[in-house]
Amino acid sequence: MVSELQQRMQDSFREHVDEEYIMDCMRCGFCLPACPTYLATNQDETHSPRGRIALMKAMRDGDVVWDGSVADAFDMCLGCRACEPACPAGVQYGALIEETRVAIQHAKPQGMKEKVMRKTAFDGLFADQNKMATTIKLVQFYQKSGLQTVTRKIGFLNLFPPFMKEMEGVLPAIEKKKERVSSLKPKTTKVAFFTGCLMDTLFQETNRKTIKLLEWLGAEVIIPREQQCCGALHGHSGELEKGLRNAKINVDAFDSNEFDYIVNNAGGCGAFLSEYEKHLQENSKYAEKANQFSQKLIDISSLFIKLGMNARLKEMRSEDVAIVTYQDSCHLRNVNKIFLEPRSLLMDAPGFEYKELIDAGSCCGSAGIYNLLQPEMARRILI
Amino acid sequence: MNDEMIQSFVRIVGKENIKYSKAQLLAYSYDATANFQSKPDLVISPKNTEEIVEIVKLCSKEHIPIISRGSGTNLAAGTVPTQGGVVLLFNRMNEMIELDEENLTITVQPGMITLDLSTYVEANGLFYPPDPSSMKISTIGGNVSENSGGLRGLKYGVTKDYVRALTVVLPNGSVLKTGGKLAKDVAGYDLTSLLVGSEGTLGIITEITLKLIPLPVYKKTGIAYFNSLEDAARTVSSIIANKIIPVTLEFMDRGTIGAVEDFMNIGLPRDAEAMLLMEQDGDVELVQKDIQKMIEIAVAEGATSTSIAASPEEADVLKTGRRVALSALARKRPTTILEDATVPRSEIAKMVRAIQEIAIKHDVQISTFGHAGDGNLHPTCLTDVRNKEEMIRVEHALAEIFEVAIQLGGTITGEHGVGEMKAPYLEWKLGESGINLMKQIKQSIDPLNIMNPGKIFAKETKTRLVIHNG
Repeated sequence: MVSELQQRMQDSFREHVDEEYIMDCMRCGFCLPACPTYLATNQDETHSPRGRIALMKAMRDGDVVWDGSVADAFDMCLGCRACEPACPAGVQYGALIEETRVAIQHAKPQGMKEKVMRKTAFDGLFADQNKMATTIKLVQFYQKSGLQTVTRKIGFLNLFPPFMKEMEGVLPAIEKKKERVSSLKPKTTKVAFFTGCLMDTLFQETNRKTIKLLEWLGAEVIIPREQQCCGALHGHSGELEKGLRNAKINVDAFDSNEFDYIVNNAGGCGAFLSEYEKHLQENSKYAEKANQFSQKLIDISSLFIKLGMNARLKEMRSEDVAIVTYQDSCHLRNVNKIFLEPRSLLMDAPGFEYKELIDAGSCCGSAGIYNLLQPEMARRILI
Repeated sequence: MNDEMIQSFVRIVGKENIKYSKAQLLAYSYDATANFQSKPDLVISPKNTEEIVEIVKLCSKEHIPIISRGSGTNLAAGTVPTQGGVVLLFNRMNEMIELDEENLTITVQPGMITLDLSTYVEANGLFYPPDPSSMKISTIGGNVSENSGGLRGLKYGVTKDYVRALTVVLPNGSVLKTGGKLAKDVAGYDLTSLLVGSEGTLGIITEITLKLIPLPVYKKTGIAYFNSLEDAARTVSSIIANKIIPVTLEFMDRGTIGAVEDFMNIGLPRDAEAMLLMEQDGDVELVQKDIQKMIEIAVAEGATSTSIAASPEEADVLKTGRRVALSALARKRPTTILEDATVPRSEIAKMVRAIQEIAIKHDVQISTFGHAGDGNLHPTCLTDVRNKEEMIRVEHALAEIFEVAIQLGGTITGEHGVGEMKAPYLEWKLGESGINLMKQIKQSIDPLNIMNPGKIFAKETKTRLVIHNG
């Protein structure tokens, strides 16, 4: 006797998870050594790309009963997509895990608490840059008001699991929001800047400096006002439709002949932005515009190189005073295949000796909001 | 499996080393073989030989099948628990035990990843030559159990040529130590050789001592394209006849070359019927002389274009095509069946030609690449397991390939093992007396048939085909 939930899950997997993509997997196992969760679990096949694809197939075929262990196998995936370059058969794992999360999201009974959380996050924060800004202001208040100091002093966070304390500890100090449009004088290359929802708030300092560097290299930077979160967080959490809502907003926001490039400085956003074209190809209104968007899209390192940064850096000779290294952003490396560009800039930067990090491509375990949802596994991958 | 039984295993290895959630049982229900899947009852990660002795004793008492599994990259369903039972993992037995530089041996636990072993010994100026394509993830235990080959088989042999000693837990729970760090040892039957390639059907290997050799100092790569299979095959024979044993001599047919071009667009000649990739290693002077001579031979036998790599980077470029051959083919259709029919190297052209004719006859897609130097070919069938009618044609085509290989003095499997997939064809190769002797050996060592049951020996042998082919 098949339970109602089981039937709903199976139907949902059949509806949302592409059988052709699953069939691409020939189960050779070449993805295993590339997978951070497989390695962190001392080679548990359940937490490998091959295992997850087998589970997707088993869900479709009714060969496995949906329970916590199956849910766990999918939840544990970081979505780092390190398995994709390792796969000899070209399996589109990123698409499969996104579809799986959509399938689960559609069929799963949601508790009240999660519903509220998801609604706040995906319909609120990550869908509306103003709400995100307000929330960040609260964090700012928490930090600046002295409440943070007090909380830390009285050891309030000691009451919570250790990971939460660590995360609170790494909250970046948030700057006061600065004026957005920053064009100085007419310049040759016109660059539209994708700010990113978190980058524009928590990591505003990084954005400010990115823009400064672009201007230093002679580019004119424009920040389209209507832009929103890229939608990757929705996509990775089974809320792809909501992610695509943001995609359309962004495609519209950046739809202008005025720009030569659309640049972003966050690997995860960049990967999802580069897939707008794929996701919107069947939408008659957006296919062409999304294609234009993808054509112009570029990551910040590649653009710096195009704007001649290497030569400018070389001019600024100085003694090496420090050794630097670089840890790849999973999506920048695995999805957008950017490997040499950031390294070449660091090698030419004055004052540093560049040394390659062993396993520079292995995931840090942070993976968007994974470190909030799966703190234990995130920790194991990080150390 | 009932709770009480699970608890008995928990008492041996501890509950954190036992897996039996629904997801876990599904995740250990397959290996790299298309169309084979079956869930185990329990998955266990023992820590040492002593724990394995306890597990084997319990399984023996309760008649529970035991399936040893490395990383599950087997291509003949050798690690699929088709009769349920206990899957034994070696993820906690993956340590290097000893590198003996005086006797040139390394002793390891079976769970060690092949590439890790290779990297480790090379850092010490030594060399472990067997290099199966899956070496980044395959385990040494799996390699020994399947007697894995690789690209360097022609010059350096296969796994069995490097196994010096084994520790094995037999089905009755006794611990057997075979061989030693010895180049010469004729004390009785060669049990080490019997166990290598026994696919987990005779016992559980728990420790392995391997022979090492000095690391060659230099390597050079060349490539040649031909307009006919026969020209390529004559080149292979002529190279050997000229007393050159290259480290690799790899082959790709027209279909594979085309697939690589479709995938990578690296400028391979689509109209070529065959490609030979040659590599030699050793002392600088000899290597240069050999590679030069091999290219001369290729040209004399009719190669339409040739090239020698001037640097390691150029060598990588030449090797790209062969390296991505399987990937390129795998992308063509949903299901990829990689076979390993093997013939004496003098029969390669006949075999490849026969494979092409068989593919046309049964209207299936088969391209061939492989290790021309040792006659080990990989006819790769591209199909779709969901298409039942096509799968029947595929089965017929593969059976014919086995038959032709045997007629040419070859074998049904050169390096993948028999497993369950090729068990119905084993008697074709061994004959009645061969299979009976093997069954008697199995029966005397594992009378309860708990060690990887259903593998190597089929319930029924396929009816042998009558074909007239070459």
